[in-house]
Amino acid sequence: MNPKITVQSLSKTFPTQGGPLPVLDDLTFQVADGEFVAVIGPSGCGKSTLLGILAGFERPDQGEVRVDGEPVREPRRTGMFIFQQPSLFPWLDLERNLVFGLNGEAPEERRRLVAHYIALVGLQGFERAFPRELSGGMQQRAELARALMVKPEILYLDEPFGALDALTRLRMRAELLRILSRERHTVLLVTHDVEEALHLADRVLVLSARPARLQRVVPVELPRPRSTTDPALLALKASILRELGVDTAETEARP
Amino acid sequence: MWSARRGWLPLLAPVAALVVVWHAAVVLSGSTIFPTPWQVAVGLADLARRGLLLKHVVASLFRVTVGYLLAAALAIPVGMLMGWFAPAHAFLNPLVQGLRPISPIAWIPLAILWFGVGDLSPIFLIFLSSFFPMVVGTTAGVLTIDRKYLRAARNFEYSGLRLFRRVILPAALPQIVTGMRIGLGVAWLVVVAAEMIAVSSGLGYLIIDSRNAGNRYDLVVAGMVVIGVVGFLLDSLMRGLERLDEVRWRYEI
Repeated sequence: MNPKITVQSLSKTFPTQGGPLPVLDDLTFQVADGEFVAVIGPSGCGKSTLLGILAGFERPDQGEVRVDGEPVREPRRTGMFIFQQPSLFPWLDLERNLVFGLNGEAPEERRRLVAHYIALVGLQGFERAFPRELSGGMQQRAELARALMVKPEILYLDEPFGALDALTRLRMRAELLRILSRERHTVLLVTHDVEEALHLADRVLVLSARPARLQRVVPVELPRPRSTTDPALLALKASILRELGVDTAETEARP
Repeated sequence: MWSARRGWLPLLAPVAALVVVWHAAVVLSGSTIFPTPWQVAVGLADLARRGLLLKHVVASLFRVTVGYLLAAALAIPVGMLMGWFAPAHAFLNPLVQGLRPISPIAWIPLAILWFGVGDLSPIFLIFLSSFFPMVVGTTAGVLTIDRKYLRAARNFEYSGLRLFRRVILPAALPQIVTGMRIGLGVAWLVVVAAEMIAVSSGLGYLIIDSRNAGNRYDLVVAGMVVIGVVGFLLDSLMRGLERLDEVRWRYEI
């Protein structure tokens, strides 16, 4: 089967006052259709830049990204990007935010989609609420619903739960898995949370410190639903943390 | 802040206090020329009876409306352009920042030179005075649009007129409205000054004419009271705009 996303020899350097700063160095990998891939690496290693390039928001200096064999040049509706900060339009209520991305669907189809996705993310009764009236977790679920409304093939998630409190973050993980079990998407998740990556992904790409190189690829062959206390998951977590240069014994001691 | 829900009641006490202090000051100072509140009220009633009050208010409001709407019609598109296209900003901003500090009053001689004595001169001055706050507000509104909204819109493949109408305009609207509110306030300040020189109607004319024609300070102060009340009502109108859902989101995030 052909891969959904092909990343070929991707490099990116930022010009800074102190001279050129290489961020990505010759990254090559593929993502299969329907696969959930997590990208993890030390903070500031260029994970977000990588995701921005994959989604078409930024251009690489060298190399290219193809989706279904087509080079990516601009952001597309077929690949929705979700950022840590919700970007719901504050001047629109929830329902109007959800239909923002639609393009000429008939009114009854719009209503059906809104009802479906509001129910999917559990925001029934908030159709008329403005983003400011929703909690952080609710905003992030609404953000996800707005993205899903346009039936994207790929979701690019850039630390999507990073701004939420620990408890909400756990709930959102479960929500995401539940939603993906109903509607299959190819997902690329950037995170600095190793446990989150192992809980959600089929494969984890571990990037090195800047300039980011592909340091290790970890297939996560654990059965679903997964438990974050599964010894096999914890062993994987320890090995990835070691890979990132973190002494696990020390991290465990500091909760 | 005056709010429709609370009505006029909270205004009663401060206005009554002002009237009492004013009356006491006139009586205690023994002034024969400065009017008491009662004399001003009588003067106001007299102006109303003779139809002059309505005539002058309408004349002033007419000039403000025309000058202000012309200014808005030009300032909002120019501000949008300056906010969106960096070259337009680089070219126009020095002009705006250079002309803005010049009081509209300083333009009065030129206004009379160009437009003569008549409605056009005050309309031009009002245009000038309200143009700059609206340009500055609109420019700032567009410049400060949070990039994340533009990024989301780009992801949904919005561009051109659709991007402008659905994202740029609503995102900048709160600051446009703030600029419009400041612009209207300044326009109302300037119309009075302009009418003292260039025309023979309006509230500014009423004030200067009452003084010149027999030191009628009761009518001078009556004119001032009307200017205050109308200005307050105009500002309340603009505050009403700020309470719309399309505008107030900016202040409640």
